[in-house]
Amino acid sequence: MTPDDAEALKMMVQSRSGVLVNADNTYQIESRLGPIARREGKASVDELIAAIRSNRDERLMWAVTEAMVNTESWFFRDSEPFDRLRKDILPRLAAARSRPIRIWSASCAGGQEAYSLAMAVAEERPSLGDARIELFGSDISEACIHKAQSGLYNPFEAQRGLPIRMLLRYFEKQDEMWKARSDLAGALRWRRINLLSDLTPLGTMDVIFCRNTVNAFDRSSRRRVLEQFRGLLVEDGYLFLGLDEGADDIEGFYPAAGLPGVYTRTPDRQVEAA
Amino acid sequence: MIRTCLVVDDSRVIRKVAGRIIEDMGYEVAEAGDGMEALAWCRAAMPDAILLDWNMPVMNGIEFLKALRAEPEGKTPNVVFCSVENDPARIAEALDAGADEYIMKPFDGEIILSKLSMVGAAR
Repeated sequence: MTPDDAEALKMMVQSRSGVLVNADNTYQIESRLGPIARREGKASVDELIAAIRSNRDERLMWAVTEAMVNTESWFFRDSEPFDRLRKDILPRLAAARSRPIRIWSASCAGGQEAYSLAMAVAEERPSLGDARIELFGSDISEACIHKAQSGLYNPFEAQRGLPIRMLLRYFEKQDEMWKARSDLAGALRWRRINLLSDLTPLGTMDVIFCRNTVNAFDRSSRRRVLEQFRGLLVEDGYLFLGLDEGADDIEGFYPAAGLPGVYTRTPDRQVEAA
Repeated sequence: MIRTCLVVDDSRVIRKVAGRIIEDMGYEVAEAGDGMEALAWCRAAMPDAILLDWNMPVMNGIEFLKALRAEPEGKTPNVVFCSVENDPARIAEALDAGADEYIMKPFDGEIILSKLSMVGAAR
């Protein structure tokens, strides 16, 4: 790949998704774009990039963008954020709400995070009374949303992070795959969303999970996304970022006590340390 | 203190592959080729964790686990089954027999780390 092509790829992805591509990581570029090149009948990734640069085919540019965005995910990643949501935040919100509690997995990749949230809700359900809970999963990648909607996971995916008893309780075996049971899948709504777009039509949220995502953005995209989250979160809502991600530089977010990467909208309603 | 893990499998290859992954997690690893051999290991020095195959000669994983759980009170290791058996009813049978977690073969390092973490056995 020529330096010009690498730069064109980088700009293409960044302008559409806000995600910074490491143009020096040719292995990653080849492995992610190789399947698209083959599908499009191109002899190589170089030929694919060259064709896009000359045709400006919007469909293909989006396919490349989606492929370059990191979609690695697993169930209950880091586990503690989900424990905190389940044991502390959900009961608190349930007691404070007469309207539905709205929880959003904003960058859900193949759906593991959103299903983890749905399982956390289901496990805690006995202590939540008649609280209504709405769960949403979204991702920039159409392919990811299709996978998430299917609720189908291969044995490697199904075992990573998911305790065996929960796998048996919430999934059923379908040939060699594991499929989310209908009551779990039915608790979730899916939508393709680019976090750089105007998010206000989504309405307010009580909890936003957007873990291991914002650090991949360029500086202005990261700020735009976090400021939009701040606008969507209700005053006593919670934002969950990755353990090594932060929103300390965004006015109106306050770090929650005891757990890295969790933020509240008001300092007097922080999560209590466990 | 170094923690110990006993890898029980009649396949030498599986024992080596899994053992290497678990060693990389900081464990001292011992190996046994069947349930009877594993029971002898446990009676001599009870490990902190056991990665346990199901189908083995002499004494299979379920028989071993029942015998282990019937041992006089003392240190009880975390047992993670690791088997090609992937039918939900069979998995439930292993859990009923006293397994703490279950890995469906084939596995990779991420899955072993994930499962050992779940039973509190990962460092």
